[in-house]
Parts: sequence; C-alpha cells; structure tokens
Amino acid sequence: MTARQVYVPVAALLIFLAAWEALVWVMGWPTFKMAAPSDLPPAYAKYWELFLVMGWQTLWRTVAGLLLAVVFGTALGMVMGFSRTMRDALYPLLVGFNAVPKATVVPIVALMFVGWHDFNTVLIAFMISFFPIAVSVSIGLSTLEPEYRDILRSLGASQSTIFWKIALPKTLPEFFGALKVSVTLAFIGTNLMEIVSPHGRGLGALFDSGKTNSDYPLMFAVLIVLALLGIFLYYIVVALEKTFAGWADRSNV
Amino acid sequence: MTLETLIDIKGVRHAYRTASGPLPVLDGLELSVPEGGFVAVVGPSGCGKSTLTRLIAGLLIPEEGEVRVHGTRITAPRSNVGMAFQNPVLLEWRTILQNVLLPLEIVPTKLSKAQGEERARKLLALVGLEGFENKRPSELSGGMKQRASLCRALIHAPEVLILDEPFGALDAFTREDLWQIMHRVKAEEPFTGVLITHDLRESIFLADQVVVLSGRPARTQYVLDIPGTGLRTLDHLYTPEAANMLNILRHQIEVAQGRVPAGDAA
Ligand SMILES: Nc1ncnc2c1ncn2[C@@H]1O[C@H](COP(=O)(O)OP(=O)(O)O)[C@@H](O)[C@H]1O
Ligand SMILES: [Mg+2]
Repeated sequence: MTARQVYVPVAALLIFLAAWEALVWVMGWPTFKMAAPSDLPPAYAKYWELFLVMGWQTLWRTVAGLLLAVVFGTALGMVMGFSRTMRDALYPLLVGFNAVPKATVVPIVALMFVGWHDFNTVLIAFMISFFPIAVSVSIGLSTLEPEYRDILRSLGASQSTIFWKIALPKTLPEFFGALKVSVTLAFIGTNLMEIVSPHGRGLGALFDSGKTNSDYPLMFAVLIVLALLGIFLYYIVVALEKTFAGWADRSNV
Repeated sequence: MTLETLIDIKGVRHAYRTASGPLPVLDGLELSVPEGGFVAVVGPSGCGKSTLTRLIAGLLIPEEGEVRVHGTRITAPRSNVGMAFQNPVLLEWRTILQNVLLPLEIVPTKLSKAQGEERARKLLALVGLEGFENKRPSELSGGMKQRASLCRALIHAPEVLILDEPFGALDAFTREDLWQIMHRVKAEEPFTGVLITHDLRESIFLADQVVVLSGRPARTQYVLDIPGTGLRTLDHLYTPEAANMLNILRHQIEVAQGRVPAGDAA
C-alpha cells in the first residue's frame, strides 16, 4: 500500500464529515431531526458496551448465514453445473425464489420461528445471500470448455479429480465475485431481521431502540458502525480472493 | 523393415444422438498407423475429424467397428495418449512448468518428482521455452502456449500423440515455426502421431501419410503416402513434387466437399 492509497480515502472521509457537520449547522437542524458528526462521540461514550455486545451479535450471525450460503450455494451450483437436467429443473425455481423481495419474507420468518432469534437471523442472512453463489458456481462449471475435461479424461482421471484439479480452481474468480455481493446481502438480511423482530438483538435492535426513543445520535452512531462492519467483511473477502484466486488478476502480472 | 501397426481402426461407424434424431458422423472409417508413424487427417469441416481423435483416446466408443491400439481394443481412456487442441487449455493458476507436469499427477509413472521436473524442463527447452518455466500462461503468446501444451501432451511419454488442429489459430509465420519445432521434437522424442489439420501444406510437411476423409458421415476416401519421412525444410514445400501432392490433395478435398465428381482429374 502506498501513502497515496491511505491519505486519499482518509481525506475524502474528513471532507465528508466536515460537509455533514456544516450542513447540519447551516440548516440549524436540532439533534432530534438530524444528528451531526459531533453528536456521535457522546453516543459512543454512553453506549460503548452495548455497541460491543450488539456488534458482535450482528457480526457472528452474518458470518454464520454467509458460511451456510457458501456451503449450500456451492453444492447447489455444483449440482446445476454438472447436470443439464438439474439445471433446467432448478433454475426457474431459484429465479422465482430470488425474485421475492426478502423484506416480505422477514416478518414471516420472524413469526414462524418466534423466539428463536439467532436462528431467524442466520436463516434470513443465508436465504438472501446464497443465490449469487449458486448461480456463479453453476455457470463457472457449465461453461468449462470440453477440452479441459478431455485432457484429463483421456489420461484416465476420475470425475472428482477433474473437479478438484480443474473445475473448482477455474470457478474461483466467479465464486469470489459472487461472494462480494453475497457478503453485502447477508449483512442486509441480518439487519432487517434485527430491526423487525420484537425483542431483537444486534445492531439492528439497537438502531430500533434509538428510533423508539427518538435518540437520533444513537441511530446515526449505529449506521456508522454498520458501515464499518460492512467494509470490514467486504475486505476480508477481498483478501481471501487475493490469496486463492489472485492468479485471475491480470493487473499484477 | 516392416513396422508394427500401432493404431488400427476398422469399419467404424458412429452416430451422435441429437435432439433431431441420430446424426451419422463416421461410416466406414479405416485407419492404420504404424509404430512411429505420423498420419495427418484432412477433410471438410464438420466431417468427423475430432470425433476420430476421441475414438483413439477412448473418450468415445463407436457404435460399430473397432479401434485397437497395440492390438488392444479400446473401450475406455487408457492414459497412453497425449492430446493437444487448437485451444491450448493451459491452467491459468499454474506456472508453465506445473502445467506441463499435470499428466504426471494422474497417470501412473516411474518418474520421481525431481525426474519428472527434469523431463519437463528438457521438453520445454526442446520447444524453445527455456526460461519460461515459472511464467503464467497469460504471459505467453499464442504460439508459446501451444508449445507448452505440446510439452504437456508429451510429458508422460504417451504411445500416441493426438493433435487436433493445434496450429489452426496461429498466424502463418508462427505456424511455420511450430512445424519446424515439431520435426525437432519428433527426432528427440519419438512418438506415433495423428494430426488433424485443415492446412494441406502442413499435412505434407509434417506427416508421412495423409488421409483424406469424405464429407459427413466420414469414411476414408483417399490415402497419400509422403515419400521420405516428412518434408524437413520449408524449401521442400516449393518443389514440383510438393506442388503435385498439394494438387492431388486439393482435388480430393473438393471431391469430399461434393464440389467435383471423383473421376475428374485435378
Ligand atoms: N457430442 C456431440 N453431440 C452431437 N453432435 C456432435 C457432437 N460432437 C460433434 N457433433 C457433430 O458431429 C459432427 C462432426 O463433429 P467433429 O468430429 O467435431 O467434426 P470436425 O472435427 O471434422 O470438424 C459435426 O456436425 C458436429 O456438429
Ligand atoms: Mg474438429
């Protein structure tokens, strides 16, 4: 990383905060209408314990949902990628499922498993995020040029050898592309559930309590932490991508 | 000296099952390649040439007739072939050396890891890729990728080398370079080869026999023996003998395409 890669984003952030502060000050908005950046440190100071506990809850449930999505999405993608029949059978179902806005599913799931708050939240994070993974893996596998298979099959390689040696690594760039989308989606799913569930937990619930008490500085403080968590998760995926599929990045050749 | 027949294809008939019914692709295909021989197969596009290579590799079992290698009837892939295609299909996440070593990870081999690597380096040097062992495929030109693909096809010393239009996508100069490299490889690493090509000059330059297939469904239409063991320098392509052979082959291709009746002289 060069100095430039550090100071440019930092400068942009500072300018953004200054503009926000200036806007609130110029418009003369009271804190119950719009919080200014200078209102946030007191909110963090007051609730820092809650932020730690709730932040951790949001984080682990998002990651758990995402891990389920990776396992299930990859398995589904493999089934659809290797079998034309399964692809023809499952694709319309999958598209239909994905077309349902998840915001409408959240209250249903919240009622269905009322009281199982962790389960609810992980389930929604999973449901909302497996689709891109399944599609990318199935496309990656089904578009493998037949010559790749023939090279190995003519040597007597088994289907599983072909999968591990060629199909899987060749699909990794698409997989990580999808994972970047999925990580954001899973995060949205977790927060939706946390906000909607009665007696919820996690940052979403903290946000909701801020709303109930008209504590605008708290709500904005939660938003900022959510943004930071989202960025953190996203860059973990980017780091994994660099490690496992860095070969696909032509810019560092 | 009579040479033992290595590849023997007799009376092969095959049809692909398609949505619109069976598509007959091969019908009455005969091909015999002696050990150490190099046969070029030419024919109209879509006539069944790639299907023929899949039969020899054991990737496809014909509905009728038989394919024998070393007298053994082929009923499944037997790891004794090396294949290279028009698409070099190198694995982007491996270095060139690791790509060449891939077959040794699959076929049973007596070579130790170090011996395998030494052999891979030797092959790469033979095709002029010394110094590129640790590069990624994306760093190589089309002709260089094709040379690496050739090394991969040869690393396990296969009995049969199958080349399906390997130089088809290359520009004319690169292609001529590769023809000469092929002669060098054949001298150092003797193999029995089947070369599919649509370039008649390539066929008479490299092979010692050219087989012309008819249009689909393909049968063996014409066999031309090339005197000597293939032409050795590009100058040979501009001799009257070469011109004569090219004329004969061009005429046979036109017959195969159904553009002229078989009787017409070229
Ligand atoms: N797996 C397959 N299923 C159905 N048809 C095929 C299949 N493979 C090839 N064909 C058809 O069989 C014919 C011969 O194919 P191929 O052997 O690849 O021809 P060539 O290599 O001579 O151009 C073509 O018409 C092609 O479309
Ligand atoms: Mg072909």
